[in-house]
Amino acid sequence: MTRAPHAGPEPAPEPQDDAGGPIFYGRRMRSALMLGTAGYPSPAALAEAARAARPAAVTVSLRREDAGARAGAAFWELVRGLGAPVLPNTAGCFTAREAVTTAQMARELFGTDWIKLEVIGRADTLAPDPFGLVEAARILCAEGFRVFPYATEDAVLAERLLEAGCQVLMPWGAPIGAGLGLANPHGLRALRRCFPDVPMVIDAGLGLPSHAAAALEMGFDAVLVNTAVARAADPARMARAFARAVEAGALGRAAGPIPPRETATPSTPVAGRPFS
Amino acid sequence: MTRFLVLGAGVAGLCAAAELAARGAPVRIVDPAGGPGPQGCSWWAGGMLAPDCEAESADPLIARLGREAADWWAARGAQVTRAGSLVVALPGDGAALDAFAARSSGWRMLDAEALAALEPDLGGRFSRALFFPDEAHLDPRAALAALRDGLAARGVEVARALDPAAPRPAATLDCRGLGARDLLPDLRGVRGEMMILRGAELRLGRPVRVLHPRHPIYVTPRAGGALMLGATQIESDWRGPARARSAHELLSVALALHPALAEAEILELGADARPAFPDNIPRLRRQGDRIHVNGLFRHGFLMAPVLARMAAEHLLDGRMPELMDHAAEN
Repeated sequence: MTRAPHAGPEPAPEPQDDAGGPIFYGRRMRSALMLGTAGYPSPAALAEAARAARPAAVTVSLRREDAGARAGAAFWELVRGLGAPVLPNTAGCFTAREAVTTAQMARELFGTDWIKLEVIGRADTLAPDPFGLVEAARILCAEGFRVFPYATEDAVLAERLLEAGCQVLMPWGAPIGAGLGLANPHGLRALRRCFPDVPMVIDAGLGLPSHAAAALEMGFDAVLVNTAVARAADPARMARAFARAVEAGALGRAAGPIPPRETATPSTPVAGRPFS
Repeated sequence: MTRFLVLGAGVAGLCAAAELAARGAPVRIVDPAGGPGPQGCSWWAGGMLAPDCEAESADPLIARLGREAADWWAARGAQVTRAGSLVVALPGDGAALDAFAARSSGWRMLDAEALAALEPDLGGRFSRALFFPDEAHLDPRAALAALRDGLAARGVEVARALDPAAPRPAATLDCRGLGARDLLPDLRGVRGEMMILRGAELRLGRPVRVLHPRHPIYVTPRAGGALMLGATQIESDWRGPARARSAHELLSVALALHPALAEAEILELGADARPAFPDNIPRLRRQGDRIHVNGLFRHGFLMAPVLARMAAEHLLDGRMPELMDHAAEN
């Protein structure tokens, strides 16, 4: 681009703070926060939360909101209007077959081949069914879908999902809606170490912004929250808090944290007394 | 002579007509169905007059303005039961009860003994419950019938069609619910499914809400020992029959309230879509000489009285109501 004369010096480049969003299936996200759209006090409250969160994507459940021609057209319109890419999900599906059908409807309805794949194994904990998940992932990847599988932190399952063609993984933090945070940090760290280059989103179970920051500090690329924001007393304010938390976590990770240690380390050493 | 035309004989239309008629204003009502019935979503309502409980999830103005509903209904011949309401959480989910308590007011925490004293059939089933003593409930169909009969006694009948010979009304109150979407593009449907059970070995004196992270329900007593079980809340305009999934969700939580419900007969399985604006707050909206009363969402019987009062004050006294929508006026 040519610059007009007398336009002054070249502006300084934007500072690169490594807080740019992750890349999913070749697409750079604008943030590390994904937002679910269920359970808000009203669509207006959802819209306000989405404005505050500026999420990388918004997820929307097809089963719950009654897909197809008889659908909640007004609600779809609202979700499309939130200003973020839509990641439809297959929430509420208990078999691979249901999930595949739902994904196909979602592709038609939202014109996207992105799908957050949920195959639920237990109604009480909403734990993923790893067997149905891999089966559905194989079918959908073969059909050209970009699959975001909702999984546990199990590394063997992760391996199978990657073999099936998934290029992003979504391990849970804790059961959906639990608000417990990262219930198995050791397992999650191990998963992160096993597949350092696979984009991973912590999905489900987060309750506090600090949980989201911890996930990013641990090296995960993004988090997905829904209940923690939707059911907060002030969803928009909580959305803003999560947006800042993922930014803080990503920055902290990129900044190179000091290793934890058992003893104090005075920043000003005392001569002759190395450990005092 | 000022004449008002009310479109729709659901809860919004009948309340508005009753309020105008009570103030001596000549009113006509037109509804293609000829009166309240299963074609309108009011028919499928729960009939809880529960402003304190609703404050947990609704805008504060719902709780504030909904307080006048119980007296309004009682004054117009509806049988209002003022026995409060209860909220319980399933075993292992006590945190949900505390969260509900933190976001509402006007409650008393009951222990197991106090709950058993209030609702003997729930004795021994829950260690704690929230009791909202100031709340009330009614049977929606009986209440609609009372309004219709009261209007008929004043000579106001529900016509099935506009009489072409009738003089042009001074104002039209459009209370058609989702039927008014032709004029209200921001109105959407929120589907609800409910069932009516009979013959269960479970007697309740008041509505009981059962908290559940995904499928909260309420059970409310109806005449003759029947119980109404509701209601799903789904972002959908679909008005077709209830789905098996919803029936399953409602019943599985209801059985956790009391297993005796397993033996009940299912008298009805109903479904409809409630009209709602994006903020889920009902309102009046003026379009020329037409005033919409719409978006009552899940608060039909709670909010129709105050909307009716505001509509009448606006039409007869020229007052600008709090719930009049200025932004979308055209």
